[in-house]
Amino acid sequence: MAAAVELEGVNVTFGDFVAVRDANLVIEPGEFFSFLGPSGCGKTTLLRTISGFIEPTHGTVRIGGQDMKGIGPNKRPTALIFQNLALFPMMTVAENIGYGLRVRGVPRHERDEKVKNLLIQVALSEHGHKRVSELSGGQKQRVAIARALAVEPSVLLLDEPLSALDLKLRQHMRAELRAIQKRVGITFIYITHDQGEALTMSDRIAVMNAGVIEQVGDGRAVYAEPRTPFVASFVGENNSIRGRVTEVSDGMATMDTSLGILRGRNPIGIAPGDEALLFVRPEAMQLHANGSTVGFEGEALDVSYEGSVTHVTLRVRTGQKMMATVHAGAGVALPVAGENLHVGFQPGDGLLLHRPASA
Amino acid sequence: MSGASGLYVVIGLPLIVALLFFALAWFDRRFGIETGPGFFQRNGLVIGLYLVLSVGFWAFFIIVLPQLAMVDMSFRPKLPPAQMGGPRDLYTLENYRYFLFGSTTSTENWNWLHIKAFFLTIFVSIAITILNFAICYPLAFHMAQSSTTARLRVLLLLLIIPYWVNEILRAFAFRVLLSTSGIVNQALLGSGLVAEPVDFLGADVGLYMGLSYAYLLMMIFPLFNAIESLDKNQIEAARDLGAPWWHIHAYVVMPHAKPGIASGCTLVFMLCAGALAAPLVLGGPRTLWFTPIVYDRFYQAFNWPQGAAYAFILLVTCVMFVLLMLKAFKLSLGEITR
Amino acid sequence: MKAGLAHRLIFAVYIAIFFIYLLGPLAVMGVSAFNTPQYPQVWPFEAFTLEWFGLLFADADMMYGLRTSLWIGVLVVAISVPIGLAGAIIMTQITARLRSTYYLIVVSPVLTPGIIIGISTVVFWRQFTTVTGTRFLYDGIFLTVLGQASYISAYCMLIILARLQRFDRAQEEAALDLGATYPQVFRHILLPFLKPALFSSAILAFLASFENYNTTTFSILADKTLTTVLAGRVRQGSTPAISALAVIIVAATLVGALAYEIWKRRSDKTAKERSRIARAAEEAELAGEAQPLPA
Repeated sequence: MAAAVELEGVNVTFGDFVAVRDANLVIEPGEFFSFLGPSGCGKTTLLRTISGFIEPTHGTVRIGGQDMKGIGPNKRPTALIFQNLALFPMMTVAENIGYGLRVRGVPRHERDEKVKNLLIQVALSEHGHKRVSELSGGQKQRVAIARALAVEPSVLLLDEPLSALDLKLRQHMRAELRAIQKRVGITFIYITHDQGEALTMSDRIAVMNAGVIEQVGDGRAVYAEPRTPFVASFVGENNSIRGRVTEVSDGMATMDTSLGILRGRNPIGIAPGDEALLFVRPEAMQLHANGSTVGFEGEALDVSYEGSVTHVTLRVRTGQKMMATVHAGAGVALPVAGENLHVGFQPGDGLLLHRPASA
Repeated sequence: MSGASGLYVVIGLPLIVALLFFALAWFDRRFGIETGPGFFQRNGLVIGLYLVLSVGFWAFFIIVLPQLAMVDMSFRPKLPPAQMGGPRDLYTLENYRYFLFGSTTSTENWNWLHIKAFFLTIFVSIAITILNFAICYPLAFHMAQSSTTARLRVLLLLLIIPYWVNEILRAFAFRVLLSTSGIVNQALLGSGLVAEPVDFLGADVGLYMGLSYAYLLMMIFPLFNAIESLDKNQIEAARDLGAPWWHIHAYVVMPHAKPGIASGCTLVFMLCAGALAAPLVLGGPRTLWFTPIVYDRFYQAFNWPQGAAYAFILLVTCVMFVLLMLKAFKLSLGEITR
Repeated sequence: MKAGLAHRLIFAVYIAIFFIYLLGPLAVMGVSAFNTPQYPQVWPFEAFTLEWFGLLFADADMMYGLRTSLWIGVLVVAISVPIGLAGAIIMTQITARLRSTYYLIVVSPVLTPGIIIGISTVVFWRQFTTVTGTRFLYDGIFLTVLGQASYISAYCMLIILARLQRFDRAQEEAALDLGATYPQVFRHILLPFLKPALFSSAILAFLASFENYNTTTFSILADKTLTTVLAGRVRQGSTPAISALAVIIVAATLVGALAYEIWKRRSDKTAKERSRIARAAEEAELAGEAQPLPA
C-alpha cells in the first residue's frame, strides 16, 4: 500500500531564509504522526506545504503515492485544522460541518444525513443549529474536527490545535483526538511544541530544529535513544557532560571529563579521541552513590518537593548545574539544600552523542 | 502644437503609465521575495478580471483621464465645435492670460476683479478653516474622551441630521435667518440694539457664516476620530504630573490628533474654496467668490477652455494646500483620509 | 479639562450654544414651512398651514428632479459599491511598492473640489464620445453617475477596506482546504463577512449622491436633479415650499436614524445572549461535565 505522505528532498526557502531543509520522510497510512519542535523550527511551514498552501522550492511531496506538484489546497485529499480553528462565524454548526460537502455539490438531504452522523460522532448532536459564538472552546474544537472529517480526507493535518485550551481540557482533548483517530483510521499529522503531548498521542514523532528533521522514531526511540544533542535535550530534561572518549568496547565508551572518568553507552560508535557529550536523564541520577555507579561530587542547590517527585538542582565542581529527580517512596531520604552529595548513575543510563562544534 | 493631438496624449500617457505599472508588478514577482499564488491564481479568473476591470475603469476613465482632458482643454483656444481639431486649434496660454490680465492678448491691465476674488476666496477659506477648528475642537474632544456611549450616539445623531439636508438648504436656512426681515434682525430691532435692519447678506457676513456653518461636520468627524484613538491614560498621566489644561492640549492631545486636524482642515478648506451653492444662495451681485466665477465662465461667457483654465487654477490651489498641510504636519497622504 | 465647577459650566454653555448654532437655522426654517406668509417667516407666526407642502408636491419640475435624483442615486450605488469593493481588495493584494501610488490615485477625488470633477467629466466625455462615435453616451444621467462615482467609490472603498483588514485569512484558507474554488470562497466567505460594510457604504453612497450639487450642476447637462431644481428655485426667490422640503428631509433622516437605533439594540441583544450561552458552556466544560464520545 502506498505511503500516506512521502516527502522527498523537500526544501522550502523564502528569499534568503531556509524554512525547511532537505526533508525526507515517509508516513504510513493510519499513523498518528507528530512533528515536534520549538517555535520557528519549520513545522508549520512543512504542514502548509503538505496541505498545498506552499509549493516546495525543491523536492517532491507525494500523498497516497501521487505527486502533488501544482495541485492546489482545494484539490488535495488533505484537511487542515487551523490553530485558531477558523470556523465560519456566519454559519451554524451544521452548516460549518457540511461546508466541504456543499462545495462539492452533494445534494442537500445526503448532506444533512452525513452532518447528523458527524454531530453524533463528536457528541454535539443537540448543537447543530447554534452559531459558533455560542460554543465553548472544547465544543469549537470538535466542530473543527467534524468539519474536516466530513470531506473524508486521507490525511488530517492538525496545527497545534490544543494550544489555546487550558490544562485540564487539553488533557481531555488529547485522549479524545486519539480515540477519534483510532476509530476513523485516518492518518493524522499533528504538530506541537509540547513534547508531553507528542509522546502520549503519537505512533511516531519527527523532532525538528531550525528547518531540519533531526530524528524520526516512536516515543521510546526519541526519548531513550536520541541521536542528536538537540533531540536529547529537547525531549524531556537531560544533563550533558563534555568530555573526550578514551576507550571504546562492547557498545560502551569511557570518557575523560572535567568531573572525572565516566562511562556510558555508545550506540552511534564514537571513536576514541573524539569529543563527545554524555547525556544522563535526571531520573537516572542517584543521589547516594554506591559501588556500581560512576559518579562525581555535587552540592545540592535547590530542593523542590512536588509531591510525587522531588527536583534537585545540583552544582558540580566545574560550576555546571544539573538536574536530578527523586521519586517518592518509603525509606527514600530527601537531600537538603546545601548538602554535599556523591551523585552517580549506572553506565547503562548514560548516552554518548557527538558534540556539535558550537557546544 | 496642434490641439487635435490632445486626445491621443490624454489617453496615451496614462496607458503608458499603466503598462509600466504592470511591468513593475511582474518584475517584482519574478525577482523579489513575494511568494504564494499569483494574482489570477489567488482570485480565480472571473473575480480577477472583475477586480482589474473595475479598478482600471475607475482609475482611468473616471479619475485620471477626465482630469487630463480638462487640463488639456485649458490650454486650447475657444473655438466653435466645427473648428476644433482643425488648423486654428493650437496650444496656447491665452486662457491663463485672461485670468491675470483680463484679455487674451494684451498684458497691460491686471484683471483685478478675478484676481481679487481669487485671493479673497483663499484668505476667507483659510480663516473659516481656523474658525471651524476653534469651534469644533472642544466638542470633538469632549465627545471623544468624556462622553458615555449612549450620549455619544445621541450627539452623533444630532450632528449628522443637518448634514443630510443638502448644502443649498443649509445656506437657505441662513438666508431666512439673516435676511432684513428675518428673525435675527427682528430681534435686534426689537431689543433696540440697532435702528435699522443690518444687511448681513449684503456685507457678505451671511456668506461667511453660512460657509462656516455648512462644513462644521467635516471638521468635527476627523477630529473626533483622531482624538478618540488617544489613550485616556496619557491625559491622566499628564494631569497627575501637574500639567495645566492648555499644556495638555498643546503637547499631548493635538500632536496625537495631527492626522485628524490636517484632514479636517483640508476638507473644510477645499469645500469652502470650491463652494458653489452657498455663494449662490447667500451672496449678492457684488459678492466676490472664485467658484461662481468659474461657473460663469461656462454658463455665462460660454467659454469652456477658459472655464477649464480657471478650474485648473482652483485645483492647483487645493493641491498646494494639501501638500502644505502634509508638510506642516509631517504626515503622509494615507494618514489623513479617514 | 479640570473638573472644576466653573469649567463645567462654561463647557455646558458652549455645548448649548454650539447645538443652537447648528440646529437653530434648521429649526427656524422648519417653523417657516408651516407659517402662512409667502416669504419664509418665523416671527410673527401668523397661522398654521400645510399649503406649502402641497405647493411642493405640485411643483412638476421639483418632482421630476426628485425622480431623477433617486434614479441617479440607485445607479451610483450600483456602480460605486462594486468598484469600492474591488478597490479595497486590490489594496490588500497590491505590492507594497505600488501601494502608495495606487492609493493616491483612487483617493484623489475625495480631495478634489466637486465642480472640477463635474467639469472634467463633461470635457472628457464630450471629446471621447465624439471621437469614438458613441455620442449617445453623452447624456446628463450617464455623466452625473460617472462623476459622482469617482469620489463616492473612494468613500465606499475606505469603508470596506476598514472591515476587510479585520478579515481572518485563515477562514479563506479553511474554505479552500475543504475544497471550495476561489469564486466559492468569495461568495460564501468573503462577501458575507463584508456585508455590514457593503450595506453601510451603499447607504452612504445613496445619500452622498442624492445631496450632491457641485458636481451634478455641471454633469447633468440639460437634465435636472432635485438639487439643481432647488438651486434654481432658490435663486428665483424664496417661498416656504423650500422650507417644506427641508422639513421632509429632516423628518426622513430622523426616521432612518430611529430605525437604525432599534435595529442596533436588537442585534446587540442577540450578541449578548450568544456569548452568555458560550460562557455557560465553557464553565460546564471546566467543571468536567464535558460529554464523552460515544463508544
